[in-house]
Amino acid sequence: MSNDIEFEPVIGLEVHAQLSTKTKLFCGCSTAFGAPPNTNVCEVCTGMPGVLPVLNAQAVELAVRAGLGLHCTVHERSQWSRKNYFYPDLPKGYQISQYDKPICTGGKLDIEVDGQTMTVGITRIHMEEDAGKNVHDDLVAGARSYVDFNRSSVPLIEIVSEPDIRSSAQAAAYMKAMRQLLRYLGVCDGNMEEGSLRCDANVSVRPKGTEKFGTRAEIKNINSFRFVQQAIDYEIERQSELIRAGGKVVQETRLWDSQAKSTRSMRSKEEAHDYRYFPEPDLPDLVLRDGFVAEVGKRLPELPSDKLTRYTSKLGLSPYDAKILTEDAEVAAFFDAALATHKNTKSIANWVINEVLRELKGNSVESLKFKGDAIGELVKLIDDSTISGKIAKDVLVELMAHGGSPRAIVDSKGWVQVTDTGAIEPIVDQVLAANAESVEKYKAGKTNVIGFLVGLVMKESKGKANPAMVNELLKKKMGG
Amino acid sequence: MDLANLSAHELADQLKSGKVSSVEATSACLQRLEKTAGLGAYLHVDANGAKKQAAEADARRAKKQSAGPLDGVPIALKDIFLTEGLPTTCASRILEGFVAPYDGTAVRKLKEAGTVLLGKLNMDEFAMGSSNEHSGYLPAKNPWDATRVPGGSSGGSAVAVAAGSCFATLGTDTGGSIRQPAALTGIVGLKPTYGRVSRYGVIAFASSLDQVGPMTKDVTDCANMLQAIAGHDPRDSTSSTEKVPSYTETLEKGVQGLKVGVPKEYFIDGMDPEVRASVDAALESYKKLGATLVDVSLPHTDYGIAVYYLVATAEASSNLARFDGVRYGKRVDPGKGLLDMYLETRGKGFGPEVKRRIMLGTYALSAGYYDAYYVKAQKVRTLVAQDFKEAFAKCDVIVTPTTPTPAFKLGENTGDPIKMYLADVFTVAVNLAGLPGLSLPCGFSKSGLPIGMQVLGRPFDEATILRTARAFEREHDFSARRAIS
Repeated sequence: MSNDIEFEPVIGLEVHAQLSTKTKLFCGCSTAFGAPPNTNVCEVCTGMPGVLPVLNAQAVELAVRAGLGLHCTVHERSQWSRKNYFYPDLPKGYQISQYDKPICTGGKLDIEVDGQTMTVGITRIHMEEDAGKNVHDDLVAGARSYVDFNRSSVPLIEIVSEPDIRSSAQAAAYMKAMRQLLRYLGVCDGNMEEGSLRCDANVSVRPKGTEKFGTRAEIKNINSFRFVQQAIDYEIERQSELIRAGGKVVQETRLWDSQAKSTRSMRSKEEAHDYRYFPEPDLPDLVLRDGFVAEVGKRLPELPSDKLTRYTSKLGLSPYDAKILTEDAEVAAFFDAALATHKNTKSIANWVINEVLRELKGNSVESLKFKGDAIGELVKLIDDSTISGKIAKDVLVELMAHGGSPRAIVDSKGWVQVTDTGAIEPIVDQVLAANAESVEKYKAGKTNVIGFLVGLVMKESKGKANPAMVNELLKKKMGG
Repeated sequence: MDLANLSAHELADQLKSGKVSSVEATSACLQRLEKTAGLGAYLHVDANGAKKQAAEADARRAKKQSAGPLDGVPIALKDIFLTEGLPTTCASRILEGFVAPYDGTAVRKLKEAGTVLLGKLNMDEFAMGSSNEHSGYLPAKNPWDATRVPGGSSGGSAVAVAAGSCFATLGTDTGGSIRQPAALTGIVGLKPTYGRVSRYGVIAFASSLDQVGPMTKDVTDCANMLQAIAGHDPRDSTSSTEKVPSYTETLEKGVQGLKVGVPKEYFIDGMDPEVRASVDAALESYKKLGATLVDVSLPHTDYGIAVYYLVATAEASSNLARFDGVRYGKRVDPGKGLLDMYLETRGKGFGPEVKRRIMLGTYALSAGYYDAYYVKAQKVRTLVAQDFKEAFAKCDVIVTPTTPTPAFKLGENTGDPIKMYLADVFTVAVNLAGLPGLSLPCGFSKSGLPIGMQVLGRPFDEATILRTARAFEREHDFSARRAIS
């Protein structure tokens, strides 16, 4: 093949998302992250002899929610299967999963890349249990390996995309959109560092303009947006180089090594496991009762794309602001809560974007000591002239530090704006007397000096004077 | 008279009247156990634990807090049942030294009913076998003739009940493992409808076929035991929510007006003439008792063994994967890495019959063979179930021989797996269809070996099976005969 041939990648992603349930998929053990090894375990999730699985209903609801959010067909009847292989972290010697009758099929996810919207098809969503985790001593003589079963039987969904993705940037955008959607739906917390969300990528390349798919490699162990992009870029380059050099891509499973920033072969097609899937005899078919899917549909929260449309068309926010506010489900909920308290869309949007998010410095809004309604209340205090915008910023500092209600802060600090003419007038008189020169300029037509004078009065009043009222008084006194 | 010869309900009467204590009954079993130790019924005896439980049962009775007909009755359990704090090996070397961390549901229910647990009983390793010769520890022997097998896989259970070293027991039945040994040792054994008794805490052989059931000295004991263990268990998603009736209430109602189906496929040429004669006589007996005999057909009977050995081995190959030396039981680690640890542990831990079935099942599930074997077997399984559905449209129960022959000699079939598998020819179809079936003694051969007949019923209609069996038992003394006295 010629050296200058241009290749086009064909990419499909398999996203594994941990469902946000309190307990495991087939037993009552906690799913909490970070517990000491083998403390969230029982005889069921350690595969003791004689145990049987009992399905967690909440996990089913979350899987249905994911299916609806991704516009899938949710099947009233699906089936559990056993995926058989030996590994120390797999206590039963098989994983309970879904195989040829998954709970959801045929959906889509819209993503945006470089300002362009595109649709990625969803092939299927199936439910399965996670495995435990092998822990190894450093490789020295007498080193041991251990198994931690805390993760064993934690509920997952695997979301398989169509091979619709054509670049690493699109793949990253897909992952971001998927994470955003799953978080909105309350299906998965999206915590990639803790392994709640991870993906495998199927990557192949073909000469640009051709139709036939090339041989694919499956890349495992990708757990950040950055790694999605890096791993796929590496793989595209590797496969393209291989073909340019006259070689052939072999179908294999490769492992992403984030340290080495490369992929390496894990097992070839010949070494691929025969998982000997067969229907799980310990669990009846998963049958959703009549009306269940519709009920879950009714409880479905507003999806990110719908929210974005509402913010721009109904609330009149700029696309830029709307995007910032809808990016994260919690920020959007925070904004909606603020808006529910006080209906000044523009001003609240400004406060959330320019003040709150800036102060957060990348932390989650969940970490704040106050909720969205506090910002609604704060803007309301400005709008009804209880405080000035400047004082409001001081109130925010207080909120960040100690939480509480803006009204209570204003009251306890004595920050209520002075609107009593009798109280402001002496200050105005004093400022005018001390600035005769400016008064002259004003009278000579340089009316913009009034801003300077207002500032002085505000300063003297320690910010508590109502600026509009100060303005009026100054004009009146200077005969404007 | 030796207490060990009483049936459980006879013992219960004596406990109730204060004639004997549970401690005395327990001692009688332990003595009988010692006397019959050569039969290899027990893998583990918990004499101290049993004596303590018996004393507790007597104390309850003294305080008039007795729990019911099983309170204070000494029992033992097939070693497939998880029993907290006691060894549980499934008669396999791979579980040597394993102590169960919890009680299975049926075990818990029997404990709540006040039974005294004497110990754990021998069986074919992982319930795979029809003679108890596949035990990883020692074979069990038939109390009627110690040169013969007691059947399997619940061989130790059958021996313990027949020899009087316990009053009643539970077995498990995947393809006949309760009924076949019951028939060969002259006791009563019931495989309930699939889903009637929880499988939680029972080491799985073939999950879609396994069912727990009583093995007892007579039909009344069988009804009492089933009453204690039947019912839905939230820990077993395949257990049924179907209401549990009172089995004792209808037990003595007789068979007047009942339609007894006789399937021609179960009365085949070449079957043992004495077995045939005994079952024929039993059918005549039912006619005299007021039942009507109806000819029925179960045309797919011939496929039963083939389907069974595909489905059961496929499920077993997966169920037995957890015995890998990582978490419990035996580990053989040559120190050459994970794969060798797996190979050595499973290679040394499993016996030849278990390995044979794991290989058969793995093959049946393998890519390229799955559709031809496993999927096809499941389709035929549906046909087998359909046969019974149609037959039960014409009759209330079906009566057949339990086994083609009385107990065979130790070693007679061990060299020929297929011949051994055919010992289950009359029992496997019931498991494939998920139906209840009971074996009770219906005669003895000239050489003094027990002969069993099988009473099959509709799903969850154990009550009709029990009363059909009881009606026969009342007219004959076969259940009352004792191998050891």
